[in-house]
Amino acid sequence: MNCEQLLAVLNDYVDGDIAPGVCAELERHLAGCNPCQVVVDNIRQTITLYRAGQPYELPLAFRERLHQALRERWKERSGAASQAWRSSA
Amino acid sequence: MSLAAQSDEALVRLANAGELAAFEELTTRYEQKVYSLARRILRQEQDAEDVTQQTFLSALEHLDGFRGEASFATWLMRIATHAALKVLRKHKGLDVVSLEAATEPREEGERAPHPEFIADWRESPEQLAQRRETQRLIEEALAQLDEKHRLVFLLRDVEGLSVKETAAALGLSEANVKVRLLRARLQLREQLTRAFGDERRRLAPHDHDHRQSLPSVLLILILPSLWPTSV
Repeated sequence: MNCEQLLAVLNDYVDGDIAPGVCAELERHLAGCNPCQVVVDNIRQTITLYRAGQPYELPLAFRERLHQALRERWKERSGAASQAWRSSA
Repeated sequence: MSLAAQSDEALVRLANAGELAAFEELTTRYEQKVYSLARRILRQEQDAEDVTQQTFLSALEHLDGFRGEASFATWLMRIATHAALKVLRKHKGLDVVSLEAATEPREEGERAPHPEFIADWRESPEQLAQRRETQRLIEEALAQLDEKHRLVFLLRDVEGLSVKETAAALGLSEANVKVRLLRARLQLREQLTRAFGDERRRLAPHDHDHRQSLPSVLLILILPSLWPTSV
């Protein structure tokens, strides 16, 4: 396997979704190719970094509106539920 | 036990038993995560607010149908993802499933950009994630991706949908999801390594080629013209 061929199966390797034979070949390549090993590490780190991030603060005024909307919907639903219960009783 | 100390699953049970405060606690736990996903997908504050509100209203509506096959967080984030994609489609004036089916087949043959800046990072992602500056940098890098690459990366790598689920959500073939994902990962890797890579330990890209039958000095001369710059 050369570097170009490695790129073609890079996703499957990073996702752990690779045939054992191909995986062994790829790991042989990595053992002898430091740049490819670093690229694989970088990609894993990139994914980790995006998964860890919650980059946007919820605007405070919106947070209040959101919770208000939820409380109103909750009231409507429980009102409807108790009415249904009464009419079926 | 205070609500804040309860597990998500316990809060779902309490909410289904009629306790509004339990549902509000769940909302508090996840509102920022939902909002961030919506901002990353839609890139617009107002749209992200609308999607966040729709997500929690919809969760409230369907909570009694939540069976716990997936975690509450996974269930909620799926609702958010679909709500955000729906808004995106509406903006594009498309009522079809696919966001860009018409251009799809062409990209199968596209070559992925080759890594150029190759270096170990100066710090671990866990250390980097602590900094505000990092958050700004990674969001900028994400914003530079084409929408078609950004969406696949967000659904697959950030939200953890399978390739199959990502394909279904975006109306793409699984093969195209993979092509786009590779391109997105490589492009983000390139950008972030330029920001976080240790310059002193940078490995020259020409080392990253095994056509060793050519003298290395010649490789240095011809490689820049062989490698397309990343898109």
